[in-house]
Amino acid sequence: MTALLKNKQTTSEIDLSGRTAVLDLTGGMYLPEDDTLLVADLHFEKGSSFARRGMMLPPYDTRETLSALSDAVFRYDPRMVIALGDSFHDIGGPDRLGDEERATLTQVQAGRDWIWVTGNHDRTLPDSIGGQVVEEMALGPLTLRHEPMEGAQTEIAGHLHPVGKVVMRGRSTRRRCFLTDGSRCIMPALGAYAGGLNACDAAFKPLFPKGFTAHLIGQERIYAIAKAMLCRD
Amino acid sequence: MSKAFASLPPVFRQWFESRGWEPRKHQLQLLKKAQSGRSVLLVAPTGAGKTLAGFLPSLVELADRGGSKLKEKRSLHTLYISPLKALATDVARNLETPVREMELPIRVETRTGDTPSHKRARQIERPPDILLTTPEQLALLLAHREAGELFKDLRRVVLDELHSLVTSKRGDLLSLDLARLYRIAPQLTAVGLSATVREPDDLRRYLVPQAGEGESNLADLVVVQGGAKPDIRMMELDERLPLAGHTASMSMPAIYDLIRQNKTTLVFVNTRLQAEYTFQEMWKLNDDGLPIALHHGSLDVSQRRRVEDAMIAGKLKAVVCTATLDLGIDWGDVDLVVNVGAPKGASRIMQRIGRSNHRMDEPSKAYLVPANRFEILECRAALDAVHEAAQDTPDARVGALDVLCQHILGMACADPFRLEDLYEEIRSAAPYANLTWEDFEAAVAFVATGGYALRAYERFAKIVKGPDGLWRVRDARVAQQYRLNVGTIIEATMIKVRVGSKPRAKPGAVLPRGRILGEIEEYFAETLTPGDTFLFAGEVLRFEGIHEDEAIASRTSAGTEPKIPAYDGGKFPLSTFLAARVREILADSFEWDRLPPQMTEWLLQQRRRSVVPGPRDLLVETFPRQNRFYLTCFPFEGRPAHQTLGMLLTRRLERAGLKPLGYVANDYGLAVYASGDIAGRAARNPDFMDDLFSEDMLGDDLEDWLAESALMKRTFRQCAVIAGLIERRFPGQEKTGRQVTVSTDLVYDVLRKHEPDHVLLRAARADAATGLLDVRRLGMLLQRIRGRIIHKPLDRVSPLSVSVMLEIGRERVYSDNADEILAEAEAALLDEALA
Repeated sequence: MTALLKNKQTTSEIDLSGRTAVLDLTGGMYLPEDDTLLVADLHFEKGSSFARRGMMLPPYDTRETLSALSDAVFRYDPRMVIALGDSFHDIGGPDRLGDEERATLTQVQAGRDWIWVTGNHDRTLPDSIGGQVVEEMALGPLTLRHEPMEGAQTEIAGHLHPVGKVVMRGRSTRRRCFLTDGSRCIMPALGAYAGGLNACDAAFKPLFPKGFTAHLIGQERIYAIAKAMLCRD
Repeated sequence: MSKAFASLPPVFRQWFESRGWEPRKHQLQLLKKAQSGRSVLLVAPTGAGKTLAGFLPSLVELADRGGSKLKEKRSLHTLYISPLKALATDVARNLETPVREMELPIRVETRTGDTPSHKRARQIERPPDILLTTPEQLALLLAHREAGELFKDLRRVVLDELHSLVTSKRGDLLSLDLARLYRIAPQLTAVGLSATVREPDDLRRYLVPQAGEGESNLADLVVVQGGAKPDIRMMELDERLPLAGHTASMSMPAIYDLIRQNKTTLVFVNTRLQAEYTFQEMWKLNDDGLPIALHHGSLDVSQRRRVEDAMIAGKLKAVVCTATLDLGIDWGDVDLVVNVGAPKGASRIMQRIGRSNHRMDEPSKAYLVPANRFEILECRAALDAVHEAAQDTPDARVGALDVLCQHILGMACADPFRLEDLYEEIRSAAPYANLTWEDFEAAVAFVATGGYALRAYERFAKIVKGPDGLWRVRDARVAQQYRLNVGTIIEATMIKVRVGSKPRAKPGAVLPRGRILGEIEEYFAETLTPGDTFLFAGEVLRFEGIHEDEAIASRTSAGTEPKIPAYDGGKFPLSTFLAARVREILADSFEWDRLPPQMTEWLLQQRRRSVVPGPRDLLVETFPRQNRFYLTCFPFEGRPAHQTLGMLLTRRLERAGLKPLGYVANDYGLAVYASGDIAGRAARNPDFMDDLFSEDMLGDDLEDWLAESALMKRTFRQCAVIAGLIERRFPGQEKTGRQVTVSTDLVYDVLRKHEPDHVLLRAARADAATGLLDVRRLGMLLQRIRGRIIHKPLDRVSPLSVSVMLEIGRERVYSDNADEILAEAEAALLDEALA
């Protein structure tokens, strides 16, 4: 087992408009040239958001998401972290954050630039949450925003929660994935309770007129899979 | 019989006489029990007039009550609960005849999901004398604020098909509702109507309130002995049956002949696939153009109704059907039952046979048709069991915790409650008689706030304790939520199958317009890729794709072979009882004389080439074949337990460095294949096999596997819906629902990690013990074979092992390590790049 773990290839590199992007098993993306870590759709406090409406989901989603986030942050130790929107499931989310989770977040933020890109679930964020809040931003040739924009070139976005489904010999598996055509990348949702939208969905079509490769997050590594191999739900 | 008649009021006497009938003994016995205020279980074979027996006391009492009260506001007198909506409607029809003919001042009504809302409101306002309904509707009524008023004068509850109700979570829910009825209406008595069961005392306990610690209260028992012994035989062919497979293709002409020779035949099969296949084969043979129909649970409701109506009208010569016709409704003059494939259980086969010849003094006629050689053994064991009238109905259930959670919320909707009172009431229900205070509190905490150690949701609580110490539901919205989610039947999510139309203008295109043929499980549809062909609704369809929430298919040209083997619907495991009998027949060569010659010959070959195991032994064979090393074994404990065993063996072989590649299982045994030499390892280490099969695999290995198991996740999802953690998905909601639902797989992962002992995970584990994973049976098996493993290293496959080897490629290979699929899909991309 230890031997297996040693060989475990937890990351996978792609080229994105001439920049190297390291895809991480957590669902994060590290850009070495900018020493920056990107994460998308954390959906903190989704559990408590449902609880307000009478569905008492286990209240551990935020700490679970945080643990994946801090795992990635402490491994790459980046100069800057950018969360690509929908970091909280609703506007009230930051207020409902538990003390322990708040402390963890502060710890993860310490000593680096932290940028919250706003999303449709979290159009505004309170100052108390730390870091800087922006609607979108540029990183070299790349535009970073929550919702991908049709026709835009060289962008990294979230919002759509892509998952890829593969069926082989009567068995199927559905995994979170990065979608990219070399100039645009849609990142998977990192939130513990964030669901997924099938990569074959029509929503992705106008974003990738020439098709895409899906990088599916497996248990032990990331698999590059051709669009033709993916199935609808 | 004048004495019998004496206990009946004159109008009833005249009615019986006018029809030339005599009341049956058990009907009068039930009347007497009712008059002395006793609850009673009536065990009787089909055709014994059970329903009339159940209602006669109520009819007599209500007739006595007289017409004077007709105009006053009346109260509900008798409640009838049936597992099937259709059965409730059917019984209402049958009750109306005596009520009308005797001109009794009695109002009989049904209440099902189809009852319009104005009628539902009126039923609470002005209740009928007799209300016929289902367990789910009863739960809804009891959660109503008017429940106390509605049921306070209830005298009798009649529970039909009780043997089938008590084996499921529906039975758990009904037991809790029964406990509530007894509290509201202390003068209530219950009547249970049941087919023959192994332990009638379990049902007798179920019917009456239990007092707690160690004591057990029993309803009275009335048993009607079956009439003539059934005339049941095994179909024997001159040709050799195959070693595996379930289609019984060789027997089709003989079955067709039986249909021709009899008036009306029911052809029972075990799965929908078999139903589809058999139906198709019958029509290939049907030169006489006999009216032969198909009936199974996936067909469109209107199509099923048409078949049922034609059947009742006596227009059909035969119906090929699955367990959907196991229960209830009177199918008229069936004179032959043919059971294709393995009988699976003695009681099950007897209930099926009972569908033929509804007059109980004439013998039922039935044929058992084995589809492969193992099934010959199983049919032989079933014939013996039927001959001895031996029963193998399952043990009484321990009430499920998820059902308890649902019930607690329902009770809070009805009335504020004191925790201690509700606890006592719940423990009076037999399945919950041993519920601990801790589990009860955990269930209440779950209903209120999810019951998590991290108390994050106090301010959102669904039920709250007031300053008066009473728990009540927070607001009307919570009650509404309860009403939408009541019930314990969680069907696998089904999607409709629609035949697409092929427009002439656009050759090759298939548009999502056309007739709906029925439904298939979502998880089956998930494994189809466009172009796959499969059998459905009596034809071979080509899968075109999913459009919104429908599977679009097109018709194929005649003679197309279906490519996709099966969908899982309706598979039952072999019962423990029949399995033990099969092992005994196998072990005792004197018994072989009673088997068809082809079977004896095969067993003799097995004895020559390997060994035939004793009744308590486990035979393990190992042999090499085409650069792989195989291990086969034959526990006879049913497919679910074998699949779990296969998964756990695979993990252990992996750890032992033997590189397992896969495994397959059927009802009788399993085969594991590896690229490492299993026999070689066993030769070097004499303890190897004992260690491999040791009981501790049910510890960490099982836990590790459960963390990832898709079956476990499916089980968890069902518990989560029943307990009310997440809302049910309704048809049509899927599309818009994506944003408001959350994947239970994700919830399972998080909960398992942070609170492994949470009440919902305990509920899911309890289900896994008997359900899809059958862990309990696997535990019994491992205990049984301890020190009794016979390992036989062979040079090549033995006659016994061939049967399970043939499943390779036919059955799906179960493996939860889905990364293999991903690696394969990735390789396809590389191939493309290098080409």
